[in-house]
Amino acid sequence: MSVMEYNGGSVIAMVGKDCVAIASDLRLGNQALGITSNFQRVFPVTNRLYIGLPGLGTDVTTLRERFRYRVNMYTIKEERDIQPETFAHLVSSTLYEHRFGPYFIEPVIAGLSKAPSGGFKPFIAATDLIGCLNFAKDFVVAGTASAKLFGVAEGLWEPDLEPEDLFETISQTLLNAVDRDAFSGWGAVVHVITKDQVVTRTLKGRMD
Amino acid sequence: MNSLIQRYAGSSAASQQRRNVSTVDDDDEFSDAMWGSEAGFGSLAKGVPSFMVPSVPDPAAFLRLHTDDHADPSCKIKIQHGTTTLAFRFQGGVIVAVDSRATAGSYVASGTVKKVIEINPYLLGTMAGGAADCQYWETYLGMHCRLHELRNRERISVSAASKYLSNLVYSYKGMGLSMGTMICGWDKTGPALFYVDSDGTRLKGDLFSVGSGSTFAYGVLDQGYRWDLTDEEAQELGRRSIYAAGHRDAFSGNTCNLYHVKEHGWDFIGNYDITTLHYDGPGNVSGSPGHGYGYEIRVEGQTSANPPEVVAQA
Repeated sequence: MSVMEYNGGSVIAMVGKDCVAIASDLRLGNQALGITSNFQRVFPVTNRLYIGLPGLGTDVTTLRERFRYRVNMYTIKEERDIQPETFAHLVSSTLYEHRFGPYFIEPVIAGLSKAPSGGFKPFIAATDLIGCLNFAKDFVVAGTASAKLFGVAEGLWEPDLEPEDLFETISQTLLNAVDRDAFSGWGAVVHVITKDQVVTRTLKGRMD
Repeated sequence: MNSLIQRYAGSSAASQQRRNVSTVDDDDEFSDAMWGSEAGFGSLAKGVPSFMVPSVPDPAAFLRLHTDDHADPSCKIKIQHGTTTLAFRFQGGVIVAVDSRATAGSYVASGTVKKVIEINPYLLGTMAGGAADCQYWETYLGMHCRLHELRNRERISVSAASKYLSNLVYSYKGMGLSMGTMICGWDKTGPALFYVDSDGTRLKGDLFSVGSGSTFAYGVLDQGYRWDLTDEEAQELGRRSIYAAGHRDAFSGNTCNLYHVKEHGWDFIGNYDITTLHYDGPGNVSGSPGHGYGYEIRVEGQTSANPPEVVAQA
């Protein structure tokens, strides 16, 4: 029995042209037994920054609150929104603080960061459960279906996708990958982040 | 070539005799490689098939070391596990329903597995546990059922067929065979159902479910089962039970295969996608409720979380 597979669930994030997308399935299980099909594990951090927390269900809730607290403290002190790069390091150090008794979560971060020119730059990152950062230029995956997500994403992703095409690509990638994973699925949620809005869609998925 | 001509030339009693004797050891003239594999029933003339065994002191322990993922989840060889199969006897025959998912660890290896083995036109076997074990031994059972027919000029009873299988697997006890199967059919006594597994258990009964999703299937099955079910009601109960298991159990799902055994033999009723059953139901078939099986769909507008529309006050 693996703690990382106890509740199941997967998250993926992708970079597009001036946009990013983050998506997750909605299953929470107790090993083979499916419990609920509306378990959210992707949360907004700022208007242009989201975090996905695949892994042990109890730690999803705990870490979500912990990050909310730390981001609020940062916002009050600095009097500005946290930038994705900064937040990634906050996530990393929060996890490494528990190096010898870790949270069983592998976070995925997706957002738009402010460029010096005034525009926005897509940003995605993922870490392992003790905070090793992985900044990718294309896509990042985590969760029980990560191996399957890598395979499908490697085949479907291409550079500079417009928001609508990025939505299609990330949705097809997630839906088809979780159908090959026993512990993920039961519906999905997709967030597409552009400079002036976030579009969130709930997808019907296979229910077995 | 000469020996071949010599053998079949002439019609004397002696040559007739020679022909009869020599056909039995015909196999020896060809190497095993020519036939492909010894395990493909080609060697029947020699009696019971034999298997290659690794040359170690305890072959069974060797196999267990490399294939038992309960003892060691990281073991290299994964054998197909996780299934839901059910069968029940009622007034109109036997209903057999199974899912179609095969998993290796958390990987869904296939969603289109045939878990009902058509032994012959009036006998069905179900597959749970080792896919290869079930497939091989139930096909082998079919061969012996045919031999029984030829020898005795009558069809084998379901009881005798299942006993043949249980005695056979018992002789391999402790060697790592893994199968949980239901032998279903119709014989002189009417509809018949037996549960046989690789421990050697053989049970006669009216209602069985086998596999990781069996608890979910039993839940639906137990509350809907009666002896005097109509054919339509019985088929719907089988479908609905497999859906329940496919929905809740991570290791069951994809599609449901439904069979109905009647006096004239078995009928294949249909293949139903579990997700389609969830959202839309089984479609325009007898016994269909006319809507999806899914909880959210079934109780639309009937729960506090999703209340019914308030009727405008007069």
